[in-house]
Amino acid sequence: MLNTFVVYVENKPGVLTRVASLFRRRAFNIDSLTVGRTEKPEVSRMTITVDADYDQARRIEANLYKLVNVLLVENITTVPAIVRDLAMIKVAATHEARSHVLELASVFRARVVDVAPESLIIEITGGEDKIDGLLEVLRPYGVLEMVRTGIVAMRRGNKSSVAISSSEEPARAAADADDDLSQSV
Amino acid sequence: MTKTGAQILWECLEREGVTHVFGYPGGAILPAYDALKYSKIHHVLVRHEQGATHMADGYARASGQTGVAVATSGPGATNMVTGIATAMLDSSPIVCITGQVGSKLIGSDAFQETDITGITLPITKHNYLVTRADELARTLREAFYVAASGRPGPVLVDITKDAQQSSCEFDWEAAKPQLPGYRPDLSPAPKEYEQALELIHNSKRPVILLGHGAIVSGAMREVRDFAERAGIPVALTLLGLGALPASHPLNLGMMGMHGEAWVNHTIQEADLLIALGMRFDDRVTGNLKTYAPNAKKIHVEIDPAEINKNVKVDVALVGDLREVLHVMLPKAESLDRSEWLDLIDRVKGDSAVRDIQNLPDSGHLYAAHVINDLWREARGSNTVVVTDVGQHQMWEAQYYKHEDPRSLITSGGLGTMGFALPAAIGAKVARPEAEVWVVVGDGGFQMTMCELATIVQENLKINIAIINNGFLGMVRQWQEFFYERNYQATPLLNPDFAKIAAAYGIRNATVTERSQVVPAVQSARQHEGPMLINFHVEQEDTVYPMVAAGAALHEMIRRPSPIVETAADE
Repeated sequence: MLNTFVVYVENKPGVLTRVASLFRRRAFNIDSLTVGRTEKPEVSRMTITVDADYDQARRIEANLYKLVNVLLVENITTVPAIVRDLAMIKVAATHEARSHVLELASVFRARVVDVAPESLIIEITGGEDKIDGLLEVLRPYGVLEMVRTGIVAMRRGNKSSVAISSSEEPARAAADADDDLSQSV
Repeated sequence: MTKTGAQILWECLEREGVTHVFGYPGGAILPAYDALKYSKIHHVLVRHEQGATHMADGYARASGQTGVAVATSGPGATNMVTGIATAMLDSSPIVCITGQVGSKLIGSDAFQETDITGITLPITKHNYLVTRADELARTLREAFYVAASGRPGPVLVDITKDAQQSSCEFDWEAAKPQLPGYRPDLSPAPKEYEQALELIHNSKRPVILLGHGAIVSGAMREVRDFAERAGIPVALTLLGLGALPASHPLNLGMMGMHGEAWVNHTIQEADLLIALGMRFDDRVTGNLKTYAPNAKKIHVEIDPAEINKNVKVDVALVGDLREVLHVMLPKAESLDRSEWLDLIDRVKGDSAVRDIQNLPDSGHLYAAHVINDLWREARGSNTVVVTDVGQHQMWEAQYYKHEDPRSLITSGGLGTMGFALPAAIGAKVARPEAEVWVVVGDGGFQMTMCELATIVQENLKINIAIINNGFLGMVRQWQEFFYERNYQATPLLNPDFAKIAAAYGIRNATVTERSQVVPAVQSARQHEGPMLINFHVEQEDTVYPMVAAGAALHEMIRRPSPIVETAADE
């Protein structure tokens, strides 16, 4: 099954390579990986989706923790969470097709961000299924180009993904809490 | 106080307790070497950087202290790769210092530039590129801390030439490690202890599988107390040998591919495996599908990533072995397991090892004879045997009875030929009072024999026993069993090793008959300087028993015709 990990890492050169290298080295196949800044400048946040069974997912988590620069790993696969992907789709839209394409975009609550004589760029945010759905209905009109960011994810509710300060706060406690959740599945 | 990066390097090493480093100079590390003359640290000049890393590794394994290797950029650094991987696979704490081209040249393919942090990323516990002198002190403190704590391993610190040359304010106290994500100190939950103890108390046929972790953790006493109290026999991994004295009544011996038959049978018959500081390597489990089919499994291990990696366990206790056993000891009930122990004693008679040990002295020289005679001569003294990789390594493990931890140093996980000679140099430097024996094959010896010069230059008393069978013996054995005796590329045309030793001014002897073994060993032990003995042994001898790769642990290939059955060996 597809597992979603939220990984907090030190914002230092080379950390992305270390994480990517780990997945390569242990032959875990990354489905998607995104990385970006967080509310703390010294911390970066990755969302990684991997196809793995339960035992593999545990080992991925344990191996991520072995990287010195990894601060916290959460497997949020089974936790209520908001998961978002963003896509830009350039679709052929000649005069007669244009209104149909615009209609479809509005059904999917996608936005048109560029209009050219022969094409439109549609921007859509949402779960991967929703984007796949839009893509499916646009395909007959001619998808000229498409780019997706890969997913980012965040837990629902006020249980935030734990304070990752550079303080002494043991990140392990939070990880253990997460273990309980994933074990209950 | 203002210092150059080069001065800071040596001062930090001194503050970490480093007294010796093993290294080889070159352009990008020259500023550091220039500053060496102000340091109390003794620099051992090696002949190849691979040797430097094995020496640091041998130093660490012999003493428990972190070993240090130094090399220049480019080829100097890449030559370290094999030694770093060796230390990684066997959890040995070493710190490798490499020079790097100036920070402004990085990425330009400058002379002797190589991306050594990239190259060593998957084979180090952690690594660093330092481009500024003011990052050096904190980085080195972190490097030593990471290398030695938790599950130990190699750490590489790559220092640009300008970082060595430039100056900055040096304040050791202020340069504290900042490792917010590093958590080496894990301990099990109370519930997990209870589950483990319940399994142990309900078990009728338990076996302890003891590994390198016992030695790293310093848990020898706790292991012995626990085994005695709970009445549980102990099987050891190759790297665990010495963690429980071979003479201890509960010590079964080595398990696995070339383990004693009764040890493997015991494991297959067990109803509970208690794995202490070992990682279920494929060389000890055989085929996982048929491994200890009726046994529950408890895994005490410091590295959470090892849990359920190869063998799915029922209870995992993640933490330092010594601390875990401290908690378990008072709660362990002493139970009568005499039925189980008697059963093991009965199968113990079923030993392939004795076949060769009791061979009548027909004039043929067998490696087993050499090892066993060496053990008889050297036992009781403070001896460290450093082995290479191959048949001689397995014979050593079978016929040399190790009583003490850190008395056997060998490359287990990576199986690095060429390890023994340089690792022995490191061991001797770490423990000058110990008697150090290199037991090495004729193949592996030639991979790093340039380090004979290091022995001479450092005036080290090291004894070298070459088990010379004119073959890459273990590969030949696999060809014999699995490739229809197609001995491709395994016969060796060797130089006269005695003459090689003589060229270095090293005393030497050549032994071709069993009667000469003991006198040669005695001569080496009495001689003040190093000595090399070239043992010409039976060419096509085979290590028995053997679990073929992929076979079940109890399906051992045994010596074809047990020749003589005599009284049990002492």
